[in-house]
Amino acid sequence: MRESGLRSFVARRLLLGVAQTVAVVLLVFALTEALPGDAAVALAGDQPDPARIAAIREAMDLDRPVHERLADWAFGLLHGDFGASLASGRPVARYIADGFGPSLLLAALTLALLVPLGFGLGVLAARHEGRLVDRLVSSVTLAVYAVPEFALGVLLVTVFALKLAWFPPTAVGYGTDLLAHPAALVLPVLVLLARPVCSLSRLVRAGMVDALAAPYTAHARRYGVPGARVRYAHALPNALAPAAQQLARTVDWLLCGVIVVEALFVIPGLGTVLLNAVAERDVPVVQGLAVVFGVLTVVLNLGADVVAYRLTPRAGVAA
Amino acid sequence: MHERFPGLRRRGFLAATTGAAALTLVGCGGGTDDKADSGDGDTPKRGGRLRAAFAGGGASETLDPHLANLFADVARAKALYDKLADYGDDLSAEPRLATKWEADKTLARWQVTLREATFHDGRPVTAEDVLYSYRRIADPKQTFRAKASLEPIDLDASRATGERSIEFVLKRPTAEFPNVLAAFGAYIVPSDAKDFDKQPIGSGPFRFVSFAPGRSAVFRRHDAYWDGAPHLDELEFVVANEESARVNALLGGQIEYAHELNPTTARAHEGKGQIEIVRLRNSAMQAFCMKTDRAPFDDKRVREAFFLIADRQELVDGALSGAGVVGNDLFGKGYEYYAADLPQRAQDLDRARALLKQAGAEKLKVGLNTSAVAAGFTEAAGIFRDQAAKAGVTIDVKMGSKDSYWSDILDNGTLCCYRSGAMPIEAHISQRLLTDSTTNATKWRHKDFDALYQQAQSTRDKTERAAVYERMQRRLYAEGGFLVWGFADWILGTARNVRGVETKAPANSLDWARFDKVWLA
Repeated sequence: MRESGLRSFVARRLLLGVAQTVAVVLLVFALTEALPGDAAVALAGDQPDPARIAAIREAMDLDRPVHERLADWAFGLLHGDFGASLASGRPVARYIADGFGPSLLLAALTLALLVPLGFGLGVLAARHEGRLVDRLVSSVTLAVYAVPEFALGVLLVTVFALKLAWFPPTAVGYGTDLLAHPAALVLPVLVLLARPVCSLSRLVRAGMVDALAAPYTAHARRYGVPGARVRYAHALPNALAPAAQQLARTVDWLLCGVIVVEALFVIPGLGTVLLNAVAERDVPVVQGLAVVFGVLTVVLNLGADVVAYRLTPRAGVAA
Repeated sequence: MHERFPGLRRRGFLAATTGAAALTLVGCGGGTDDKADSGDGDTPKRGGRLRAAFAGGGASETLDPHLANLFADVARAKALYDKLADYGDDLSAEPRLATKWEADKTLARWQVTLREATFHDGRPVTAEDVLYSYRRIADPKQTFRAKASLEPIDLDASRATGERSIEFVLKRPTAEFPNVLAAFGAYIVPSDAKDFDKQPIGSGPFRFVSFAPGRSAVFRRHDAYWDGAPHLDELEFVVANEESARVNALLGGQIEYAHELNPTTARAHEGKGQIEIVRLRNSAMQAFCMKTDRAPFDDKRVREAFFLIADRQELVDGALSGAGVVGNDLFGKGYEYYAADLPQRAQDLDRARALLKQAGAEKLKVGLNTSAVAAGFTEAAGIFRDQAAKAGVTIDVKMGSKDSYWSDILDNGTLCCYRSGAMPIEAHISQRLLTDSTTNATKWRHKDFDALYQQAQSTRDKTERAAVYERMQRRLYAEGGFLVWGFADWILGTARNVRGVETKAPANSLDWARFDKVWLA
């Protein structure tokens, strides 16, 4: 009964996810078309010779109607072909494959640290609710949360890379082989970690505080269940569902944070690819990235909702 | 694969030739370096790898030298390839692969002789390679940037007259033909060059080792280089689009050379001993551009009034953070043929008001287009608005899109912010100030001015030609559409052990971004 419910839930969510991804791609296509100037104008830069722009436009097939270009692209996509970049003619799939490694590495490292840290801090604060430790954790997380990533990055680089020389200030020249230079990853991961840790730990704290105050934990305690067991086996799972969803959202957020961090630390990941592609009006690359980001978002949120569904089956998770 | 759209590529910071400014460093060919060579760093030392960071083009970068569009592209192309000529510090053409050029009496046929030089694979550079390269650039189906510069050459009629001699037949007399040979992007590739990203072969000072678009390009010394082997063993170009990243990498010892720094960064580190700051003067013309074919600027009294409204020093201090010098409404300060004798224009609000009154343009209101497309543009617009208000002129500053700015202002609006990188004064005139110029943003169209340009191009004697250029510049000074208020420095940072970086070369000249004369002390 419960299993089949889950299966239809997943199926509905997947269908919805496909529709959402298609909508995102169409929206991206429409928005890129609506930007002032097309790829030819962007490429011509400060040499806007009208004849040259016309020649570029023709060379790029930009003189063809919008719907034809969209149809071609969508047709290729169905065959797993992301098309070719307008700017270089290289396959879009190569752009994505090349940029994926560094971004994935950053996101994975961040998540690997985020989960224990976020939960640990949240539980710690909840255990000492209202006392010094709680107030300390709460005010520090609030303060850190308020600092924009870019500012935090500049600050960390200035102190830890330039003044103390503990870590390299950027990953310039390391290319995609970041694992060979782990020291270069410390500051970027710290920047990425800073805000999600704050939101996650505050969420865990709130969930735990509620759960610890709930009648059922009081009941468990009256039965002589040890404190640690009450906290981790009874109260924590209750804080888990919202935290799982928050985590999924964090991964979406990471993709944005990654853009800032990649620019600041010169890491050649998806964020860098995206920024360049938008600046160049390189529509196929932007579209390819939109598909990738869209699918990732849908899958991650689906995963989180499934976890939440399993943890709180009666909460009626919105599909 | 990347050959699919040769000619295009990312937005052009290109500046180089045309638009933006830039330049950089380079190497003091034999004794002209006047930088930081104290102590034991005076004698060039062989060895080491220099890492240079530029703002780049990301994953769409290629090593095809004819696609060079960004500073990073030019710097890489310059390391791997040669041109027949290149621009000296005053933007006059200097021989490179060509040892000499001679015109016949009509100035429409030029004999060019090549020096003995070899490509990285040992083959000699021949006349056929030159013709192949030029024909590739001029291919009507492509959109290589140098195509417009090579337009004067009739490539069908031009031919090799020997292994190392070429006869160029031109479509019309062109006294300044050597400028064509030095044109931005007119690099010589072998006549069978194909795979530019995997195995580029040039005749430049460095040979190819590896390349990852948007990340890094590593080159090694070409020992048989005709101009003397570079001092460095290896040269690596890395890409860092964020200025703060370039500075941090330089301060942290991850790179030795950072291209394109902000004036504020320069001030913070100048003379502090941590890094060297190099300022290349006269690199980027900064101007307001008035459309002379429409009201109110179709009245030359209004244009003169605007010349007199500008407080140039205030603009340089405010918009360029002081990193630059004032302009005198003419392009090319310090370049060959620059009319340096004209009196420096200064603010004169009374005279400006009187001129506006004569022109019936009191209480004038005009829109000024600007954009964050170049450093200082929005600041310059704000400052000029306040200066104009003192003369009773209301300026309405309009912010435009960064990505289509240059194309937007070409035909639209009446007044806009403008800048240009270094190029010969002749090229500035032919690209922007003739009736049929393709990027004539001031809409300056005068038959007699065109005739003067033709006259200059048919004048064999250099002194006489200089006199014609001077006449043209006097005219522009008196009533032209470019209110040139300043020339920005191009700022670079180098590590303390870097020597031989040329400090006088404006952007786009031979000695800018030239690493074969640089060494690590």
